[in-house]
Amino acid sequence: MRKLLVSGVIALAALGAGAVAIAAESVVHPPHRHWHFQGPFGTYDRAAAQRGFQVYKEVCAACHSLSLLSYRNLMEIGLSEDQVKAIAAEVQVPDLSEDGSPIERPGRLSDRFKKPFPNELAAAAANGGKAPPDLSLMVKAREGGPDYLFGILTGYVPFEKLTPEQIKEFSVTKDDNFNLYFPGHKIAMPAPLSDGKVTYIEGGPKATLDQMASDVTEFLAWASEPHLEARNRTGIRVVLFLLAFAGLMYAVKRQVWADKH
Amino acid sequence: MASSTIPSGAHGDPTRRDFLMVATGAMAAVGAIATAWPFINNLNPAADTLALSSIEVNVKPIAVGQAITVKWRGRPVFIRHRTPEDIKEAESVKLSELPDPETDTARVTDSAKKVRPEWLIVVGVCTHLGCVPLGTKQGDPRGEYNGWFCPCHGSQYDTSGRIRKGPAPANLAVPSYLFTSDTLVKIG
Amino acid sequence: MASSHGAPPVFNNKVIAWIDHRLPIFSYVEKEYHTFPTPRNFNYFWNFGAIATVMLVLMIATGVVLATNYTPHVTMAFDSVERIMRDVPSGWLIRYMHMTGASFFFAAVYVHIFRGLYYGSYKAPRELLWILGVVILLLMMATAFMGYVLPWGQMSFWGATVITNLFSAIPVVGDSIVTWLWGGFAVDNPTLNRFFALHYLLPFIIVAVVALHVVALHIHGSNNPLGIDPKGPQDTVPFHPYYTMKDGFGVICFLIVYAIFVFFYPNALGEPVNYVPANPLVTPNEIVPEWYLLPFYAILRAVPDKLGGVLCMFGAIAVLFVVPWLDTSRVRSCTFRPIYKWFVFLLVADVIMLGICGAHPPEGWYVPLSRIGTIYYFFHFIILLPVLGKIERPLPLPPSIADAVLKKKVA
Repeated sequence: MRKLLVSGVIALAALGAGAVAIAAESVVHPPHRHWHFQGPFGTYDRAAAQRGFQVYKEVCAACHSLSLLSYRNLMEIGLSEDQVKAIAAEVQVPDLSEDGSPIERPGRLSDRFKKPFPNELAAAAANGGKAPPDLSLMVKAREGGPDYLFGILTGYVPFEKLTPEQIKEFSVTKDDNFNLYFPGHKIAMPAPLSDGKVTYIEGGPKATLDQMASDVTEFLAWASEPHLEARNRTGIRVVLFLLAFAGLMYAVKRQVWADKH
Repeated sequence: MASSTIPSGAHGDPTRRDFLMVATGAMAAVGAIATAWPFINNLNPAADTLALSSIEVNVKPIAVGQAITVKWRGRPVFIRHRTPEDIKEAESVKLSELPDPETDTARVTDSAKKVRPEWLIVVGVCTHLGCVPLGTKQGDPRGEYNGWFCPCHGSQYDTSGRIRKGPAPANLAVPSYLFTSDTLVKIG
Repeated sequence: MASSHGAPPVFNNKVIAWIDHRLPIFSYVEKEYHTFPTPRNFNYFWNFGAIATVMLVLMIATGVVLATNYTPHVTMAFDSVERIMRDVPSGWLIRYMHMTGASFFFAAVYVHIFRGLYYGSYKAPRELLWILGVVILLLMMATAFMGYVLPWGQMSFWGATVITNLFSAIPVVGDSIVTWLWGGFAVDNPTLNRFFALHYLLPFIIVAVVALHVVALHIHGSNNPLGIDPKGPQDTVPFHPYYTMKDGFGVICFLIVYAIFVFFYPNALGEPVNYVPANPLVTPNEIVPEWYLLPFYAILRAVPDKLGGVLCMFGAIAVLFVVPWLDTSRVRSCTFRPIYKWFVFLLVADVIMLGICGAHPPEGWYVPLSRIGTIYYFFHFIILLPVLGKIERPLPLPPSIADAVLKKKVA
């Protein structure tokens, strides 16, 4: 009987695999990269995330909000309280004065990241009709996650380098931004990064396109899933505990059943 | 696995059997407690709540003899700019007369150990059953001791916010505060 | 209740005896979960009832705690869920347990249903037991669907829109029903509010039906892999400690797999686009339900007619209600049904194939595949099950459970 069950499972697996094979589609997937935060032992590379924050602040933040994050959160990627206070104080946050009139005051730790536009409509109006998406969950909100993000940031092909077939197939004009990994290839955002766009502090890596793209992806991955390290840590403990527990339970079960087999 | 030590087809000897049961029971108890923890921890204040746990108040506009109420951690905090008479009155009371003995100086010292007798900062919650005592606004009754008077059950506080009369068991609480300049105080 | 051996239990503890004399809860537990005679030959498939119960409890516990921090309002729902994920202590853990828990609850229940189908657990005298089970499945689907709407992401919103629109297929009153479901002219705040209220209510109704399911189970006792009734004490063992310990072991093994998903792959079973806040003006490229509803979604799309699709989808579950009467075979267990056994495997393969079809846009190969899958699904239940039962010659049944168990041991 057990043999038959096993053969049944094998037959199912074969059928499933066949169906999945049919499912393979012709979408351009960005190449897979190794990320510091992947796998059960993954952690965030603090230095990379801090550089990534610099890239976000100096480049992305001009158009993209990060509305789910507060300045205080930056302490989680290794910045000191004084550093974060200084970062928060750089921005002017709308508030009310004691007599109720609208004022702007320097940001505090508890403030959310300041948005580049006052609201979605203003963001859309300033960007050709479509608001740049919020980046708080970007790494979790796209198929492919960090690989996709890195692919988009590094996947721009200048018009001159496109093949005539590509230009024809996707009807690209000189004014379009062609991106290898964007669905449909024509993306509204012009290439945001290029070598040396940001000046990293001395002693760090050179601010190449790949380096910046990878750093800002690390930062945004943290922004999407700030508790990943605690989750992995807890997970390893829980799974080890359950394995030991299962072993004991199995021993108990065998003991109980010993006289019935 | 642990099971390899158990002879199959037999009960095993009693001590080993008991040990196995006790170990498994202990494991289950540990698992249950560990599982309960996130559910209990979940009810603690969240990070965004904690981030708002301190406020900064500019005390410059408060004239001598006046007091204001500010909201801190969802509760009222009284900041009183005391007159020299208030201070004298508070300092002259004998500790033995107080239901909850505490010197006035101890109640006007900030977290950097700096004493500012002209500023009294207390949590405006009566220590009896949690009402907000009167006495902060101009024209409020201040009770027999010229401090605060709780309308709920008649507790009376003095110019140092100490309980003098009535059912409240303790003085009005002094929150942790720090004068970051002569006019700016950080509460919490 | 089931025939129990000997006299009612005597409690030495005076407090327990006092309570039990007035409210016999201890006698009940003793009788139904301790001495309860249970066939001695269960395999590990019989663990999944206990596993599903554990998942139900886990879902309610995590759900109640999540509800303490969730805000059912269109402008705040998404952010309140993210606040749980970011700021609330242990919030990420509770939420991932709940999110992944839904999948694992369904997985356990699907294995449980397969067990019932393969070993003929629905056959007399257990028809009502089976029907209560199908009711639980329906309630679970409704609960899961409404729960999925609560985070108010893109897939929440569009899933709700598509599924509620199913009811517009009903002739004459369809549109009015949809407006009534929405409480407005589109999925909006009133919809979110009522879905939240119902999502909180339904699990407790599930608990009530589960209680009835268990009561019905204990009337005639469990079926077993041989599908023959126990003939005496030699065929059974007391439920405790034999099956409490075996269930305990099975539950822990299941929880290991569950924990691996909760802690290491919490989003593997979800759709990335649900991390984009709901936008009523932009439809995502593909609208797909969670994996556990995919086969039914494929059946819906396989039929090129709106009303027909909706009827087939609901029919796919409705047909389960009459399975006890569609099956004409004399024996319960597929162990002794050499032909039908393979058709049960084929049905499982068919449902998996439908699931894969449901996960992809209805283009190319997926269209004919989902149609073939739908046809086989209904063919299996409506034609094969009654006909094969009449013509199949079952293998000889063993004289008793004890006989079969001992023979196997010798072999």
